[in-house]
Amino acid sequence: MQRLGALLRRSQGDAVLAPQLLRTYATTQMTIRDALNSAMDEEMARDETVFVMGEEVAEYQGAYKITRGLLQKYGPKRVRDTPITEAGFTGIGVGAAFQGLRPIVEFMTFNFSMQAMDQIINSAAKHHYMSSGAITCPIVFRGANGAAAGVAAQHSQCFAAWYSSVPGLKVLAPYDAEDTRGLLKASIRDPDPVVFLENEILYGESFPVDQAVLDKDFVLPIGKAKVMRSGTDVTLIGFGKMVGYNLKAAELLEQEGISCEVVNLRSLKPLDREGIAQSIRKTHRVVSVEEGWPQCGIGSEIVSIAVEECFDDLDAPPERVTGAEVPMPYAANLEAAALPTTDHILAAVKRVMGK
Amino acid sequence: MLAAVSSHAAGAARQALGGSLTLAAAGLQRRGLAASAATVEGDTLTVEVNPYKVHRIEAPPTTVTATKDELLSYFKQLYRLRRMEISADMLYKAKAIRGFCHLYDGQEAVIVGLEAALEKSDSIITSYRNHATHVARGGTVAEVIGELMGRTTGASKGKGGSMHMYRREANFFGGQGIVGAQVPLGAGLALAHQYSDTGGVAVAMYGDGAANQGQIFESFNMAALWDLPCIFVCENNHYGMGTAEWRAAKSPAFYTRGDYMPGMKVDGMDVLAVRQAFAYAKQYAVANGPIVLEMDTYRYHGHSMSDPGSTYRTRDEISSIRQQRDPVEHVRKLLLDNGLVEASVIKGIEKDTKKEIDAAIEASKAAPFPDMKELWTNIYAAPLGMQLRGIDSTHVETLAA
Repeated sequence: MQRLGALLRRSQGDAVLAPQLLRTYATTQMTIRDALNSAMDEEMARDETVFVMGEEVAEYQGAYKITRGLLQKYGPKRVRDTPITEAGFTGIGVGAAFQGLRPIVEFMTFNFSMQAMDQIINSAAKHHYMSSGAITCPIVFRGANGAAAGVAAQHSQCFAAWYSSVPGLKVLAPYDAEDTRGLLKASIRDPDPVVFLENEILYGESFPVDQAVLDKDFVLPIGKAKVMRSGTDVTLIGFGKMVGYNLKAAELLEQEGISCEVVNLRSLKPLDREGIAQSIRKTHRVVSVEEGWPQCGIGSEIVSIAVEECFDDLDAPPERVTGAEVPMPYAANLEAAALPTTDHILAAVKRVMGK
Repeated sequence: MLAAVSSHAAGAARQALGGSLTLAAAGLQRRGLAASAATVEGDTLTVEVNPYKVHRIEAPPTTVTATKDELLSYFKQLYRLRRMEISADMLYKAKAIRGFCHLYDGQEAVIVGLEAALEKSDSIITSYRNHATHVARGGTVAEVIGELMGRTTGASKGKGGSMHMYRREANFFGGQGIVGAQVPLGAGLALAHQYSDTGGVAVAMYGDGAANQGQIFESFNMAALWDLPCIFVCENNHYGMGTAEWRAAKSPAFYTRGDYMPGMKVDGMDVLAVRQAFAYAKQYAVANGPIVLEMDTYRYHGHSMSDPGSTYRTRDEISSIRQQRDPVEHVRKLLLDNGLVEASVIKGIEKDTKKEIDAAIEASKAAPFPDMKELWTNIYAAPLGMQLRGIDSTHVETLAA
């Protein structure tokens, strides 16, 4: 498996070699990094109007090597290094989208997107509405979101709640390589502005992907959550990295006789309200898990859905596990104490189970 | 009282001017229109425009020609835009228009001169002071008035309002409410032109109030690095809301603020000077990259309908500009004083235009407000059947597929 993974990484971008390698195995492993890279590569090959811009995306091969090899393959017109001027280059990306191109704007991390917030919201998100449909903005804003490791307060914020509250934006948060490929390709093909929230910690992590996922036209529907693991006692809801934590917690809880249904949101705007409600009505209990701050977080919305739409089916009040309400500290012990662990999820489940 | 306010201002140059006029007004006054220097041959007029001030570029010739038909078309458009904005003023005071209303009267020569030089395949984006831009880009007065009144016949079907008019088929991208945000957007339009090799340009228009915004300098930098075919246009009407240019800008020589980028200061009250500048700038931008134009212009109204426009400038200043540099009067004089048309032709145009405006107002007053279902349309180009929440838990709206 590792050898194949290495071969795939080297072959990535080579449209001929990869399928040949893959025919050798039924499923294979792919890192999130390669999932992002292959998705962008395929979409750029498919549609000439797709281009990438951002800091260090070209000659540096990407600050996190996500855009590795793309400059060599597509040239500087389509893989464009920008100066460190988020407000300006985000506005330029949005203007290019208005005029008919399909930019992928990379934020080195979404912390820096705050400098460009006006362009994302007032320019990208609202124009289709204000113009009664005349102006479209087929842009993707992507990059690392949320906590990393040891990067402290200004580099660790999760922006899921802020962006997902805006009508006019679509907001996606992949967990595994299948999510990443399918949702990024769908985002690039989508005519609306999409905020695509990645996780730096997951970039190097490998996930199994089957033939279908590796197809160059593999897309996932925007707005549909995925049930990663079916269960009957409690619904664990999360997105991004926390889906992995929820899956781990579910395995541990199974040994204690508690059956967890793990829901991977995939899409934060639109939120799969029906899918979420269906799962909660089935299990009668819900724990929402996120790394962002609690007040007005994604969990707040999950709890609202549970209470407003599933009240009669609830056997316990909904629980939220979130990041602590503090700016992210630097010291390793404090940082660890500011973020959810599997233990927190186990404890929350036991509380809703009345155990 | 105004004299007392004036005397508090800093700067020896200012004090040297004396009187109660601001520096800006004094500067404007000295640059009267050179209408007397025109010659006619057949149907063609040759005239000298006021000289351009230049930065890192050679000035275009100040000798400009225009045919009778061109001048008539400019007059008609200038007059139409003037009457439209005046009627918007009346409608606003009659409470037929709500919210913001930023009027362009006084500045008409800028957009008319631009359109005389450029194509509809070139792109434009501007600020909230965009009523005239919409019409100049091929829209109708009825679409502007209708939009101001929030009707379905409006430019944005009533969903945008005064600041958000668009004409995609004419590459007019609004109509932007956030000061300065349109400038990076305009550079992006230019990037798309370059990327797709259209041979066209993008024009990003902003005011003296916006000219100090950081994102404008970010746009300048990237446009220059990438040689984008972008014409940055500072419509300098000398007041950012109530703040005179010399109180907001350490350097109000906006045509030089592009630093490494060439720039030109243009008599923005003279449609022919403007046309010449845009023709020259487009040629430059397509061949070389970005350029900054500063239009020396003036707005008669305050910043918006809630600003009387007289607490920060004198009525003398406003009326002297109107008397000496009015853009509509200038073209009327060129036509009449040089015997290009009879006065009756001008009267005819004025009469027809007033009828057009009146008809637009009547039609707009009779037009319907948007259907309630439009609250939920056009949020997304691909709504994917998503569910959005209404005011309370009883209302979940399912969008189209």
